[in-house]
Amino acid sequence: MIADILAVLSGLLVVIGALFALVGAIGVLRLPDLYTRMHAASKAGTIGSGIILLALAVEAMQVGVITRALAGIVFLLLTAPVSAHLLARAAVTAGLRPWPGTTLDEVTRRQASRITD
Amino acid sequence: MSALGFLDVCIDIALVLLSVAYALLVIRLVLGPSLADRILSLDLITTLGIGLIAMIGVKTGYYLYVDIAIAVGLVGFLATVALARFYAVRAEGDGGKTPEEGP
Repeated sequence: MIADILAVLSGLLVVIGALFALVGAIGVLRLPDLYTRMHAASKAGTIGSGIILLALAVEAMQVGVITRALAGIVFLLLTAPVSAHLLARAAVTAGLRPWPGTTLDEVTRRQASRITD
Repeated sequence: MSALGFLDVCIDIALVLLSVAYALLVIRLVLGPSLADRILSLDLITTLGIGLIAMIGVKTGYYLYVDIAIAVGLVGFLATVALARFYAVRAEGDGGKTPEEGP
């Protein structure tokens, strides 16, 4: 009985995680420039993989597996912002401009005010 | 329908969804337009790889796959950091003379 409930819960978690991953991939394909694409990649992708790891933990119900799955989720949540921030910094350094629809572009504004000062 | 049958159907649906996600990411990887977009696409491909490996672990019942998923996550993080450093250093190297055009 308990095993059946856990199997159903695990199946639902797997589908939800895959949906998050698909939303992230659609965002990476459809959004207009790098900085908006990074929103989709670093948030939806991380949550998708984390939920699938959680599904593995729920389906296994062993202490060792649950601990390692939780460690994997924590590792994902720690490293995704770091790599996203590094990549965004590198893109700003390389002079990659946001798309024209951006309403607040503090980097370009700061450089412009530095030139006029 | 039994619970295990439900789980198998769910895993099949999720595998199809992940395959579509991979196809879309490969399209972005080929299209570019800048190097940073390709690095971002590769980063998401490795992140989704963690989820795919975990899903195979649920499907087969070999829970050792979670160790492989963590190792892939480590390698993917280091690869993204290295590629981002390469991108930044290369941009500083030519003095920002040729800024890469956005979309």
